[in-house]
Amino acid sequence: MRRAYFKFSWIAAALLAPQLLIIFVFFYWPSAQALYWAFTLEQPWGGGNTWVGFDNFRKVLSDPYYWGSVRVSVIYALATTVLAMGMALTLAIFVDRQLAGYKAYRVAIIWPYAVAAPAVGLAFQFVFNPGAGIFSYINTIAPGWWDLSKYPWQAVTAIVVAGAWKQVAYSFVFFLAALQSIPRSLTEAAAMDGARPLRRMLDLQLPLLTPTFFFLLVINITDSFTDSFGIVDTLTGGGPFRATDLMVYKIYSDGFRGFDYSGAAAQSIILMLLVMALTFVQFRYVEKRVHYT
Amino acid sequence: MIERTPILNLATHAILVFGLILILVPIWLAFVGATLTLQEVNSAPIELWPGDQLWANLKEAWALSDFGQKFLNTLIVATGVVVGKITLACITAFALVFFNFRGRMLIFWMIFITLMLPLEVRIVPTYAVAANALTPFQTIMDWTGISWLINAVSGIEVSLEWNLLNSYTGLILPLVATATGTFLYRQFFLTIPDELVEAARMDGAGPLRFLWDVLIPLSKTNIAALATIMFVYAWNQYLWPLLVVTDRANYGMVVVQLSDLVPDQLTTGGGTPTWHLAMAATLVVMLPPIAIVILMQRWFVRGLINTDK
Repeated sequence: MRRAYFKFSWIAAALLAPQLLIIFVFFYWPSAQALYWAFTLEQPWGGGNTWVGFDNFRKVLSDPYYWGSVRVSVIYALATTVLAMGMALTLAIFVDRQLAGYKAYRVAIIWPYAVAAPAVGLAFQFVFNPGAGIFSYINTIAPGWWDLSKYPWQAVTAIVVAGAWKQVAYSFVFFLAALQSIPRSLTEAAAMDGARPLRRMLDLQLPLLTPTFFFLLVINITDSFTDSFGIVDTLTGGGPFRATDLMVYKIYSDGFRGFDYSGAAAQSIILMLLVMALTFVQFRYVEKRVHYT
Repeated sequence: MIERTPILNLATHAILVFGLILILVPIWLAFVGATLTLQEVNSAPIELWPGDQLWANLKEAWALSDFGQKFLNTLIVATGVVVGKITLACITAFALVFFNFRGRMLIFWMIFITLMLPLEVRIVPTYAVAANALTPFQTIMDWTGISWLINAVSGIEVSLEWNLLNSYTGLILPLVATATGTFLYRQFFLTIPDELVEAARMDGAGPLRFLWDVLIPLSKTNIAALATIMFVYAWNQYLWPLLVVTDRANYGMVVVQLSDLVPDQLTTGGGTPTWHLAMAATLVVMLPPIAIVILMQRWFVRGLINTDK
């Protein structure tokens, strides 16, 4: 950090206090509370919590529904990330050629970022609806074949498509920015050496995108673990038969519908560790941004 | 690059148009759905071209969901988050960068760590805190014996209570409690040349005057970038308002209202699903943030890239 200019005084303390107070009350306290709940069990008739050690974790980890939730979360995370990043990368590389209509293409790809997750969920529920949407075509040919509320794999496909649709814009912005930060001199040198546009894409642009690629990989996976609630809640409601019961959704339904605070807290801790591990990987190995100039 | 690549150019356009179609189709279908009547929207070969019921559907959906009050609430919350976040980010980063004191790095890391765990992950305990935002202090006072001391000396039973459920404060504060903008500001403050600070001090400016008269005018682009990102973030909040607000009539936010419009057995009671109203409401709800992103595109992109969300 740079050298400071002003001596510490009440002014600095007053400037720091609001932020520290807010993160203490709304970040550190709840996180500590989650830890406390995860290792204790509330008495059914009041009288405080008793220490139960790792019992809550044992219960959660031996619950087949929990592993089902982990499984579908991992599938969701990987599938949305691959789909969204693949699409974003393709579009960014071709938008970056800056042909006519470049600005229009760019806006048209960026704006879905602003659509709220529940709105995405609702719109896709309409699209995928067996009775009213575009998928009702399928049912006119093979009646009863397509129904999100009956077939688990169809429900999972639906949330993956909706989730990927929502993520494309974010990755696109980063890929495009990274492509545009490649110095012109490099591109020109490659062109002088006789590399045609497609050759430059493969041998110049893609390798230079590697840091951005890994950065986005981690961010996308983290986001799909934490940011999926809105889509699941409006698109499938966790069903059918818990097939789309993603981890955050399960924490919510166990904690606020089942009133099992200890179980929900144990799940929160596991998810926290997972997200922290991913963030750690990102800072440790990925954050080394590359500058070309 | 001056190259003639007619075939590749054609292929480029083809790929981009195909991508755009993939992106636009769901929203186009939702839009078409919002322009049809109840019968049309539920008829099996689906319409691909808009009908003439858009205005009527919008009006009906608006009245059904009581969107007037909810748009106002959402606007208040989004503005609160934007202003709160920018103010906090600015003053915290200023204190961290320009003041010299012991524990500077410690505080920096304490704030930095909040980036790691999004609200969704710690939702249950955060909700418990929102039910009484003074619980932390109460507990600390009970543990350390201060409550007992106060009780013994003055006879007053200490019970602090500040319920944040069903209030704008409760909606806003937890969303402000991360370090997103602080780092954007810190990066910016680190680029301020030494000469500028020395010149300001030479002219007799104290830290606050320096912040107000020099740094804030310089950070206008920062403010624009952060404001765009935060507005979209706050407007689109779903899980938190869903929990904190039970009094939907007075404090409901528009995005949460969408969950009530999902046409299933619960909302229609086994009747024909009202897709046309659900889609009309969806359009209305997603319009303001989209408008912001398109109008403020430059700052939005800059904010997105610099804050890492």
